[in-house]
Amino acid sequence: MCEMSEEYRESAPKGSPPPRVLVSLLPMPQNPGQKCVKCKEGLPVVVIRAGDAFCRDCFKALYVHKFRAMLGKNRLIFPGEKVLLAWSGGPSSSSMVWQVLEGLSRDSAKRLRFVPGVIYVDEGATCGQSPEDRAKTLAEVKLVLQTTGFPWHIVALEEVFSLPPSVLRCSAQEPLGTESAYKAAVDSFLQQQHALGADGVERQSQHCAQDPHSPAGPPTTAQTQAMSRLFDSVKTLTAKEELLQTLRTHLILHVARNHGYSKVMTGDSCTRLAIKLMTSLALGRGAFLAWDTGFSDERHGDVVVVRPMREHTLKEVAFYNRLFAVPSVCTPALDTKAPEKASIHRLMETFILRLQAQFPSTVSTVYRTSEKLVKAPRDGCVAGPRCLLCMCTLDVDTADSATAFGAQTSHLPQMQPPVTQAGVAAGPCCCAGMGGGPGCYRGEDPRAQVMEQLCYGCRVNMKDLPEVLPGSFWVSVPTMRFPRATAEQEVQEYLLGDSEDEARTSES
Amino acid sequence: PAALGMLCLRSGSLRAIVFEGVIFCSVLSSAGDIRSLLVWIKKNLLKERPELFIQGDSVRPGILVLVNDADWELLGELDYQLQDQDSVLFISTLHGG
Repeated sequence: MCEMSEEYRESAPKGSPPPRVLVSLLPMPQNPGQKCVKCKEGLPVVVIRAGDAFCRDCFKALYVHKFRAMLGKNRLIFPGEKVLLAWSGGPSSSSMVWQVLEGLSRDSAKRLRFVPGVIYVDEGATCGQSPEDRAKTLAEVKLVLQTTGFPWHIVALEEVFSLPPSVLRCSAQEPLGTESAYKAAVDSFLQQQHALGADGVERQSQHCAQDPHSPAGPPTTAQTQAMSRLFDSVKTLTAKEELLQTLRTHLILHVARNHGYSKVMTGDSCTRLAIKLMTSLALGRGAFLAWDTGFSDERHGDVVVVRPMREHTLKEVAFYNRLFAVPSVCTPALDTKAPEKASIHRLMETFILRLQAQFPSTVSTVYRTSEKLVKAPRDGCVAGPRCLLCMCTLDVDTADSATAFGAQTSHLPQMQPPVTQAGVAAGPCCCAGMGGGPGCYRGEDPRAQVMEQLCYGCRVNMKDLPEVLPGSFWVSVPTMRFPRATAEQEVQEYLLGDSEDEARTSES
Repeated sequence: PAALGMLCLRSGSLRAIVFEGVIFCSVLSSAGDIRSLLVWIKKNLLKERPELFIQGDSVRPGILVLVNDADWELLGELDYQLQDQDSVLFISTLHGG
């Protein structure tokens, strides 16, 4: 480096100050003449994509622009709509929350127009965090949430045990707004704002820490233990990650529905989604890539999940957060310190990141591919039953019995009533306790019952779950699928019951 | 990086702090290039699981390196010669989302 600076000094015009003074705060760049590719003036601080160097201001402008453009071009979020921001404490979702915060505070012409809330899910029970550590993390989390000024919700993952059966039913799909509807909504919103002379959404530090359907306060020891037992009993880290994802999603959607949020924003970055796309392929979820990695995911019907950070790479996020002091909270996760091959997720992450290091267009290539995926049912297929866990339309083709999947699912009734009408379709059944409904499965293994209603990926996952789970899916799910009057009560009875209770009730 | 707790270390020419997935190094007096810094870090800071941070003679993919808040890719990466008062920051992008 010393040689480099001497060269520069020699070539610099006489009388000009030595370069070190000009670049006093920045280290000597390798190529001293290098300037920001955008403004051609500023000194570059970060290289993104393949060799594009940006100065601090242009980087910020690009970063913010990407976020706004992603929301703007998709036109899915209507003015005044309530949007729940799913914040994990990690860098990407923190950046997303901060972008929303800044976006709402701009001058009225360009201001973001939706109404946000933030949710944080405390997953400490899944990785064995002690109650003291969890409390410490929550204290930090609350501080950050209060800074945002948005209404916030903190829920423990254990609350998933108390979810009502309705959470697994796909609600009627809301028709997506058309282009003209969007424009009309924007115009009328602007008129309203003008008439009110309002300066914008008042940001009080409200919090909605309590969900009306869940027990007040932190989870009980019994629930935490049940959650720990559940995760400890899962055989593979891959299945644990998928299970966590499923439970977290259902919980977030439940809170969203309860508080009138029609959209949920997640902070999945470009890098993460590229990894997720490849991981999903490996997990047998190829049919659902468009929903798993696209901008919008409407599988849950009334609440749509959107991913506004999907064009931001993890590098951009980390740099932005560092340069512009975006707060985040570091929490241990399931895969913290896990070795490279511990799960399919980890393996794929390592693969993609190593490839990216050698071929810097890897992530963007995978991303471009995911943009081209189309969500369309196969020709001639009416939307059929949905997977119980991931809510995607089952990729069932009874005509295709040649494949292993076709053979497995060939006896699944084509005319299975959609879940929304399940309460009506299922008449009274001879089974007192479990799984009454069409195709009575009296005496049949409830596990097999559940497996039949899962997509291929979720089925493979379920194989790594133990035979008996304390008070949750195995017994309550069949009743959720075909709910009867007392289903909710039965679910409640099962919640904290141990396997003894389970055995007793199955005989009733 | 291995420890989630805070670890502070000082040698003749370097001071390093490991905290919440980030390694922060203060260069007190010029101490060679980043390649040699990594060797020092591996030897002194990363008792367990060095492979979470170091791969070969460089950092693991997914770890960002900033020198005085600038991308090390602009500075020659491993070949950058550390100067007095430089701060080197190692951020893992692999934590959370």
